Amino acid sequence: MSTETGPAIEPAQMPDGVRVSGDVHVRLEHVDKIFPGRGRRGVPQAALKDVDLEIRRGEVFGIIGYSGAGKSTLLRLINGLEVPSSGQVLVGGHELTALGERGRREVRRDIGMVFQQFNLFRSRTVAGNVAYPLKVAGLGRDERERRVARLLDFVGLLDRAHDHPEQLSGGQKQRVGIARALATEPSLLLADEATSALDPETTGEVLGLLRRVNRDLGVTIVLITHELDVIRAVADRVAVLDAGRVVETGSVYDVFARPQTEAAARFIGTTLRDRPSPATLARLRATHSGRLVTVRVRDQAGFQTRLARTFLDHQVAAEIVFGGISELQDRPVGGLTFELTGPDGAVDTALAALRADGVDLIEEPE
Amino acid sequence: MHEFLTNLPVYREAIRQTFYIVLISVSVGGLLGLGLGLVLYATRPGSLLANRPVFVLVNVLVNVVRPIPFVIFLTAIQPIMLHTIGTTIGTNAVTFALSLSAAFAVGRIVEQNLLTVDPGVIEAARAAGARPISILVTVLIPEALGPIILGYTFIFVAVVDMSAQAGLFGGGGLGDFAITYGSQRYNWPIVYISVATIVVIVQAGQFLGNWLARRALRR
Repeated sequence: MSTETGPAIEPAQMPDGVRVSGDVHVRLEHVDKIFPGRGRRGVPQAALKDVDLEIRRGEVFGIIGYSGAGKSTLLRLINGLEVPSSGQVLVGGHELTALGERGRREVRRDIGMVFQQFNLFRSRTVAGNVAYPLKVAGLGRDERERRVARLLDFVGLLDRAHDHPEQLSGGQKQRVGIARALATEPSLLLADEATSALDPETTGEVLGLLRRVNRDLGVTIVLITHELDVIRAVADRVAVLDAGRVVETGSVYDVFARPQTEAAARFIGTTLRDRPSPATLARLRATHSGRLVTVRVRDQAGFQTRLARTFLDHQVAAEIVFGGISELQDRPVGGLTFELTGPDGAVDTALAALRADGVDLIEEPE
Repeated sequence: MHEFLTNLPVYREAIRQTFYIVLISVSVGGLLGLGLGLVLYATRPGSLLANRPVFVLVNVLVNVVRPIPFVIFLTAIQPIMLHTIGTTIGTNAVTFALSLSAAFAVGRIVEQNLLTVDPGVIEAARAAGARPISILVTVLIPEALGPIILGYTFIFVAVVDMSAQAGLFGGGGLGDFAITYGSQRYNWPIVYISVATIVVIVQAGQFLGNWLARRALRR
């Protein structure tokens, strides 16, 4: 695939040898965003409530939430297309709220943005689209052409430079969108549901490109999505946004392997069959008379051995009836549902022993 | 036909006058209208340079002027014409009035076509750090250029139509020629030759407009 073979272009601001250098790139402090209601009698809508967020330089930070959770608003606060109703937004040390519109425009030139619907200029060629931010930044024609060629090479579309956007496929359009977003060599890239309009295969292609942008060019990426698979594929850390609030933040593994909130748990359920659904459970009950217990599979050494030994010690027969195990950030995550049968009280003592041993298990309701 | 041939110099002069009136009106009115359209678009609530008082003022002005029939409009602005160009009759007076009238029509057409541009494209330009004025000129107009050209073509035809009334104010042109040399003298060939000439001018303008719009849209 051509996207994988393009020569690397100069890193924008690559921290030497360190991918995530640890210093804060974007910080949101107690951010509220309230939109005035539509019309005279409109009720004001709170899109974001008391959001605190810290995005480190060089990382891929995912923000996941259902539609209407406030993701797009959050992203637009970072490049100053929206201003918070209260609270502070700091990008690269600049406090956007204190800058005024003119100052925010300057900051925006160091922030690229990629959109779900690509938002390419139909009146311009592929090269013209990529050159646009460079024109805005006031670069000369020669320098513009040099950079456009380099960027199109990077995204594997050098041969389409003189085509118009409508001649391209969805994936190609998004690659142009990414090239355009990178034109001014920004240190930060915002991706607004960048793959949601693409088919699964093209999604993989575009996510691969984003990963390359992060690893090869050292660009910090903030991406919002409603798909956990996108987060799994590229993000280092993640925030779960639910009804305008950040309900969980942390490494992708920690958040989704040990979800503390219902919102996070729902997302893991969408990509992984880690627990039987009520319908599945009803079918299982019809054919299995024993107690049904789901054990969360996590990154724990000797986990299965301990499980097997405990069941054996208590003379409990354990039959796997449902389950799914996958990987998050190269570590296992999932759930296995067992049908447990044994002498009176043996199942209870076995379960107690496992709980005491730190095994996360759920007794499925009757 | 003999009558027509003797009046050939008048016919030529009438064509020249029609072209003079139409080309200047479309150019001046077109430029003024482009400005009006951009102001209407940009000051609309929620737009790039949202400014409610300006928007309401311009919007009402356009709505008030546009329904006025041209002949009445020309009469109504005679005091303004006296102040600015010093006369209320003749080719220049008609051209002045027609330019103004066209400007308001063009303003609305430009505004409407700019409104059809995908807001996402504007957001992309804003995200690139472009200033509002720059977005208007380098993004919105190019994105809406095809329909805008067709809108101008429509205005061109309307101006040719309205220019036929120039004779009422001593403005000359083909309409005047058709009436004073044609119908009023029961000289029907002159009427039909004038009509045919106007049809040719309109067709040529429409053809050129379609061609330019197609190029802008690349279809």
